[in-house]
Amino acid sequence: MEQMDDDLRPGLARDLDGTFEALVRAHEGRLYTIALRLLGDPRDAEEVAQDAFVRAYRAIASYDAPRIRELRLRPWLAAIVVNLARNRATRRRQPPSVSLDHAAPDGSAVADRLTTSAPTVDPAIAAERRESAARWAALLTGLPDRYRTPIVLRHVDGLSFAEMADALGRPEGTLKAQVHRGLAMLRTAHEAGLRAERQEMTA
Amino acid sequence: MIRHDRPTVDLAEVEAALAGLALPAPPTLAPATLLAVGLADAYAEIASPIGPLFVAWNGRGVSAVVAAEEPSEFEERFFAQVGRPIRRAEALPARLARAIDRRLAGDRRIRIDLDLRGRTDFERAVWMKALEIPRGEVRPYAWVAAEIGRPRAVRAVGSALAHNPVPLVVPCHRVVRSDGLCGEYSLGGPDNKRTILAAEGLDPDELEALARRGIRYIGSDTTRVFCLPSCHNARRIQPRHRVPFRTAGESAAAGYRACRDCRPTSGRAVAA
Repeated sequence: MEQMDDDLRPGLARDLDGTFEALVRAHEGRLYTIALRLLGDPRDAEEVAQDAFVRAYRAIASYDAPRIRELRLRPWLAAIVVNLARNRATRRRQPPSVSLDHAAPDGSAVADRLTTSAPTVDPAIAAERRESAARWAALLTGLPDRYRTPIVLRHVDGLSFAEMADALGRPEGTLKAQVHRGLAMLRTAHEAGLRAERQEMTA
Repeated sequence: MIRHDRPTVDLAEVEAALAGLALPAPPTLAPATLLAVGLADAYAEIASPIGPLFVAWNGRGVSAVVAAEEPSEFEERFFAQVGRPIRRAEALPARLARAIDRRLAGDRRIRIDLDLRGRTDFERAVWMKALEIPRGEVRPYAWVAAEIGRPRAVRAVGSALAHNPVPLVVPCHRVVRSDGLCGEYSLGGPDNKRTILAAEGLDPDELEALARRGIRYIGSDTTRVFCLPSCHNARRIQPRHRVPFRTAGESAAAGYRACRDCRPTSGRAVAA
């Protein structure tokens, strides 16, 4: 994967327009996946992934050649898509009118948001639901943002902790702890789901 | 009793499940991205006074306007000339369609982004000046040349207008020969130019008849102002107050001043 960046960067520095499609083809799956696993909605994910590429294009167009050759494309692109997904999620959570719920200091509003921001059922997602992947995807979208983002980057996208530190601007130790805690939360939620199923079957 | 406090699922199993959540991008993502940054174009058909047109665009703006033809031929020629792939779309983006409608109806303030990459500053200056000419009016090539500060570049102005990639959106049809005749037109020939001007409320025959009689300017004996014949101010003058002039010198000698809207003396030295 690092090899891929090395191949593209000289081309991007020399001829952005001639190389940009190769960048899109090399990274479209991962940017879409990151956005989808952070947001849960395929249409939001596609828009955010496209927006991330447009911003990357404009940024590279404004950089000089040495800066482009030093870009760490994988974490850099991940950072762009994570930021855009966060903005999109924040906007989506904006209440249509002033709501006192969101001012609750005890964190109950956060729980409300987690339940109300559950992904809408889309045909593409509905098909996926039948598989176990859908169950994990749903558990992931229920995870608080500070755990979900590191988990998506580490275990869905496959970034190293060093790359994640680069992308998220958090120390590696913090990220390791967040990933570990997030995995444990996912496991607990998964086991709770299994127990609920067993109880349904024996009832 | 099942003990709930001891995990029964291994963390490695969770990690493996997460690794399986990667998906390929939808097939629409890359084409839409390349369109957005202007590395590919889309086109759709619109109606116009001279028949159906193809309008091409990308994320930077409108990139081409041509008379509708066999789609495969247009796509091939576009790729050969512009070097970007192009694909047919159902329709223009709604906002662009509305903006073009308003521009063609004479609203010059409506903003339409244009993709003019690779064009010279001179060409851009000519096209931007053409955009200042009101609907239903015309200006001579020499007028455009003088207005952009290149009074001797009349021929180059004609060439730039002939190479206008976005006719109608940039109204090069409102620029006519300095002798007052309508002249050539890039979008399907001179007859189309007359049709478009007529659709904009100008009578090209009347304009050319005036030019053949050597009349270049119309003055008003009440305001003592003289204009180019198609200027909105000239067209308001009642027949009994209209005073024709052959040269700007003639009108100046008669004590008339130049209209501030159509600036009839722009390009006069070269046009004479």
